[in-house]
Amino acid sequence: MMLPSGSAGARILSFGGHQPSNVVTNEDLAEKIDTTDEWIQSRVGIAERRVAGPEESLQDMATAAGGKALAASGLEAGDIDLVVVATCTPETPIPNISATVADRMGIASPGAFDVNAACAGFCYALSVAADAVRAGSARHVLVIGAEKLSQWLDWTDRTTCVIFADGAGAAVVGPSETPAIGPVVWGSAGDKHEAISIASRDTYLTQQGQTVFRWATTQLNAAANDALDRAGVSPQDLAAFVPHQANLRIVESLARKLGATDAVVARDIVTAGNTSAASIPLALSRMLERGEIASGGKVLILGFGAGLTYAAQVIEVP
Amino acid sequence: MAMSEQEILSGLGEIVNEIAGVPADEVTPEKSFVDDLDIDSLSMVEIAVAAQDKFGVEIPDDQLKNLKTVKDVINFIQA
Repeated sequence: MMLPSGSAGARILSFGGHQPSNVVTNEDLAEKIDTTDEWIQSRVGIAERRVAGPEESLQDMATAAGGKALAASGLEAGDIDLVVVATCTPETPIPNISATVADRMGIASPGAFDVNAACAGFCYALSVAADAVRAGSARHVLVIGAEKLSQWLDWTDRTTCVIFADGAGAAVVGPSETPAIGPVVWGSAGDKHEAISIASRDTYLTQQGQTVFRWATTQLNAAANDALDRAGVSPQDLAAFVPHQANLRIVESLARKLGATDAVVARDIVTAGNTSAASIPLALSRMLERGEIASGGKVLILGFGAGLTYAAQVIEVP
Repeated sequence: MAMSEQEILSGLGEIVNEIAGVPADEVTPEKSFVDDLDIDSLSMVEIAVAAQDKFGVEIPDDQLKNLKTVKDVINFIQA
């Protein structure tokens, strides 16, 4: 038996993000349910979010983000040999969306599968992609995080509908002579599987806010620190910290304990809401567009969410 | 040895001040966290976590909703 030689390391060549055009402000929500802009901003830190209409599917958003990342990478569609989509909100369980998205992007017959690790999904998918490139199972991987959470929300439940939103973010991963995607630190807490769930196909997403908040603000800094240690990177080396955009108060708590004094902290949730698996690549694509992180900067990403699941790794941005 | 009500009250005052910016001397036993001290459900979680660190007593989330006043928390910690 023979094995491919693979690559010494893997790196992200480009990012791309896509949001639906429809902006829903806190005032818009306050007209329909018992809430206020002040209540939402103080609890979760969101000012507005994007919601896809019936004319824009999960596949549409994933394809748009993937197309932008592919264009920015300088590669052709034919260079991609694996497509991985992280999502927990497919409209149907069969087929997966990665094969459909690949076809619509003109990527001919790549390996294609979806990953469900909820809001941690992008970090899981990125880890799998980096390992595939290093092992030689793929040369260029398109990793997409995409969610249409709006279709799983009870729009009269003010504990969820003010938080979750729609969007997609993507990254192209390729070979590198030096490592630029660090070792993943991942784990789960299945005893808390009820904390965030869609219990059946005709119900909506529910969340035990206090349970998730306590877990996120007390258990995840250890994973963040482990990811730094395993990559040999100190908090002071970080150009940015991009945790999943779950809740601004969780983001601030994680950042405060991380102690990365020079790092820009992603606060994309303010205008994007919580887009689950899309939030990290979407935030990164927007931060890079605005020039907030220099090329080659080291960024700690930390995904966490339903399962409960979490994953963290250090990346160098393109 | 169990802590006195005064010791716990003093510790809670420091915690509430740190987390919610409420002056410690306003944290008195009869005060309601939500109605008098303007503390929301997520800040209550932070207070519970800090109280566990300080007093060594875990306050689970399913108990938090029953702890409406400062006195309720003192009683829970002393129980």
